[in-house]
Amino acid sequence: MTLGDAAVSRLRALFAAPDTAGTRYRVVGPLGAGGMATVWEADDTVLARRVALKILDAADATPERIERLLAEARVLASLEHPGIVPVHDAGLLPDGRAFCAMKKVEGESLSAAAARLPSAAARLRVFLRICETVAFAHARGVLHRDLKPSNVMIGPFGEVLVVDWGLAAGAEEAKAGGTVAGTPGYMAPEQARGEPVDARADVFSLGVLLKDLLSADGVRPDRRLAAVVAKATAPDHAARYLDVTALAADVTRALDGEAVSALPEGPFARGARLLRRHRVAVLLVLAYLLVRGFILLFR
Amino acid sequence: MNKIVLGIVVGGVLGVFDGLTAWFTPEVRPQILQIIVGSTFKGLVAGLLIGYFARKVDSMSATLVFGVVLASFFAYLVAAQMGKYYFEVMLPGAIVGLLTGYATQRYGRTPAPSAG
Repeated sequence: MTLGDAAVSRLRALFAAPDTAGTRYRVVGPLGAGGMATVWEADDTVLARRVALKILDAADATPERIERLLAEARVLASLEHPGIVPVHDAGLLPDGRAFCAMKKVEGESLSAAAARLPSAAARLRVFLRICETVAFAHARGVLHRDLKPSNVMIGPFGEVLVVDWGLAAGAEEAKAGGTVAGTPGYMAPEQARGEPVDARADVFSLGVLLKDLLSADGVRPDRRLAAVVAKATAPDHAARYLDVTALAADVTRALDGEAVSALPEGPFARGARLLRRHRVAVLLVLAYLLVRGFILLFR
Repeated sequence: MNKIVLGIVVGGVLGVFDGLTAWFTPEVRPQILQIIVGSTFKGLVAGLLIGYFARKVDSMSATLVFGVVLASFFAYLVAAQMGKYYFEVMLPGAIVGLLTGYATQRYGRTPAPSAG
């Protein structure tokens, strides 16, 4: 007798399912899998609510990884912010695997939602919300180190949440360097080389994320936003924005039709930008002058 | 600048400018001073009312319509006094109302409601 693919999948899931007997959690089913952990949907039987349980995979439950997951839970617990999923609980399950109980987030990842956002301005506003959250974490001395569209969730009411802080590090740990962790393409060059990193590594990742958002509708971004992306993703970290707040300020200026620090402009470019920005007022003044001139000439 | 103050400033400046254009009409040139004063006063009152409207009704299209109607009405009163030049006075006047309405709604600030 041979087992079908579906049966094999069910058996595999059954084997991987965590043992929550004796705990307050009842596992409902898997939500998603990461590099070393799986996120399960579960019921918190004490508070009668749905939660997300991030649990180390059985094969990966080494002491270092257990400590890594618990460290992530501690980082999350220290970051109370509307853009960060709150952590409710953390510890070890009866089978020895570490777990972290978090609020179950409804919605979808930014990588899936970006193309459906109605305009470039809407995508930029989402980007600014991501920046606010990351800047908050930086102010608390925490670097995310794995910012990418799939690590941002968009909730049903437009909530923007930065998730998966599994690679997050304190400023001191990040300065030490020596480890290469992150997502190729989104990782800053110095992070990929295992060198010490600071907030500018997250600035780099945000720059790549911004580029993704700007190209989501296939339209070429304007020169100012392209310059912002280029400055944020400069290979040399010294050439990037000093921090996320400076990056967000430039994006806000671009959104408001103002000049950005990443693209110094001459007097003609400045004049053209101001004309574009106030074109309705300029057209009305021209209409008034034309009417006045017409009346004077042809009366 | 709040919408009422901006309306007064824009209305006043455009009123002065509108009055000055009378210099190009030789037959009314002797009364240029009265025309400028009258036009400025008209612009200030229209600007005040448009600014007040813009603050109460936070709608660009409604403010534009109000600005055009009000400025046209004021211009009609001026033209009616002269008994002629209805077109020459009312058409630029309507555009001035449009411009004042646009400027107050686009660039004016509505004061935040006070706490308590």
